[in-house]
Amino acid sequence: MIIDLQKFMSSERPCWSELESMLNRMESDPQHRLPLDRLRHFHYLYERTSADLARIMTFSSEPEIRRYLENLVARAYGEIHETRGKQHRLKPLSWFLQTLPRTFRRHAKAFWLSVAITCVGIIFGGFATAFDPESRSVTMPFGHHLMDPSERVAKEEQTMGEQLSGRKGSFSTFLMTHNTKVAVLTLALGMTWGVGTVIVLFHNGIALGAITVDYVQAGQTRFLLGWLMPHGVIEIPAILIAGQAGLILAGALIGWGQRRRMAERLRAISGDVVTLIFGVALMLVWAGLVEAFLSQYHEPVIPYSIKIGFGFVELFLLVIFLSRGGLQSPSPRNRELETRNA
Amino acid sequence: MAKTNTLLIQTPEGIVFSQLLAGPMARFAAWGIDLACILAATMLLNMLIGFLGLVSLDLARAIATVVYFIVSIGYGMAAEWYWRGQTVGKRLLRLRVMDAQGLRLQFSQIVIRNLLRFVDMLPAFYLVGGIACLVSRRAQRLGDLAANTIVVRNPRITKPDLDQLLAGKYNSLRDYPHLEARLRQRISPAEASIAMQALLRRDRLEPQARVELFEGIAAYFRSKVEFPPEATDGITDEQYVRNVLDVLYRTRTGPQRQRTREPVAAL
Repeated sequence: MIIDLQKFMSSERPCWSELESMLNRMESDPQHRLPLDRLRHFHYLYERTSADLARIMTFSSEPEIRRYLENLVARAYGEIHETRGKQHRLKPLSWFLQTLPRTFRRHAKAFWLSVAITCVGIIFGGFATAFDPESRSVTMPFGHHLMDPSERVAKEEQTMGEQLSGRKGSFSTFLMTHNTKVAVLTLALGMTWGVGTVIVLFHNGIALGAITVDYVQAGQTRFLLGWLMPHGVIEIPAILIAGQAGLILAGALIGWGQRRRMAERLRAISGDVVTLIFGVALMLVWAGLVEAFLSQYHEPVIPYSIKIGFGFVELFLLVIFLSRGGLQSPSPRNRELETRNA
Repeated sequence: MAKTNTLLIQTPEGIVFSQLLAGPMARFAAWGIDLACILAATMLLNMLIGFLGLVSLDLARAIATVVYFIVSIGYGMAAEWYWRGQTVGKRLLRLRVMDAQGLRLQFSQIVIRNLLRFVDMLPAFYLVGGIACLVSRRAQRLGDLAANTIVVRNPRITKPDLDQLLAGKYNSLRDYPHLEARLRQRISPAEASIAMQALLRRDRLEPQARVELFEGIAAYFRSKVEFPPEATDGITDEQYVRNVLDVLYRTRTGPQRQRTREPVAAL
């Protein structure tokens, strides 16, 4: 019990100040590592401040000191009881070449589920266009239902790619930002137990299937491949990976067959979800550039075979990157972190 | 578990610290301030980018689109990471994002809670997020649930003007230091605060209600610690409450021990 508050405060304040300065240093520099003796001292200060807080709790007149001590104890508690890896300095190359593909592979099931849902949508959209042409107005986005594929091909081949003249840059950034918003929404809708994510993936599949069948029926398969492949082989997998992230989120929310609490499940996947969505954003930046500066040029400016070939090369590299990237044995530290995350 | 505006976190050492949870209205107001910051930053950057239009209008538009996108999405992430859970709006309203278990806030948590605004904002004006915040036990929107974060408020604690009520008067309870100490131990901060509020608002009470209120509070305090009759005889219930609060809120320092022995009725 505290009899003389002033004496109590004057004797304890040096401990509080020392703990505060240690916390400031640790929080401002995540790389900072304390030697063992300093770590022990830090723990001692934490326990002593905690005990002071317990004593001051019963003292009615000092809400400010109580708040101050609560704040100190809360911060020190966060440092001492945190079991996740410390924040590391950003290593973009290592993150891109190793962490991203490894994370993708760790959740391969969610990716294939995302692919399956989109494929169901593609089949549905394709059948709808093939057997019910009236459905085009519902299944096709961006006014495609108003265009006849053959007429569009003839028109665009005539304009020699000049239809975007003077606005390729703004068109490119529009595509990047719009597609990234769609990808983030696909991820975020994972919080609807995955229902929203499934709807977005299915809807994308319908549009893709409907447009594909429309162009194939009109005999414009080469144009379609030449138009879609250069950017589509990156853009479509990007949305699929966003769907993968959304399904991972939904899986953690639902928690089938997992004994951990929801908060722990969500905590465990948060790093992976962020890695995937940053990867998606990078892919969409590339896809936006290609769509604005390459996909819109058709024959005779660029032969379709070159555009299709370019698309295949991109797809091959993407598959190699996602399936083989970061396969070399990780450092012991990374292995430990990945085991912990898994 | 019932919804509450306070989150209690118990450490393995058995210490409990509390965090006041921020309600949806305070958070909405903070978001309004942040939105104004985003718009101001975007306008400023657009003015600078406008000069690029002299070179290429397409390039200027392209950069403006990217800048707005990055500022609108990245502002919350960058500010909360740099200021450890605060944006400009949150700083002004004394709010802070925290890990729900009181652990260190991670970058991935900040990114997730900011990206999930896309769902919380639906269909307009954060309706989904607002409803989730009202329903959630810890006032979390969907982004907070996914990121395992909470938003707490740190109100500025202002001490009441004690001098106006208690200064310079003889307090008979001060003659019993051991009972004073027991009083401080047994009366909780919340109980002391209720009595202080009653005292501060005493002039707004009807005379009958005022007498009854202080009679109840004084009886409660007496039940906690019993002072000898010579310390309490001849003083009213209201004065007894004043004396108790004097003990609770005033620490004994050198000059204060030299109290004048003015009659208590002068209060």
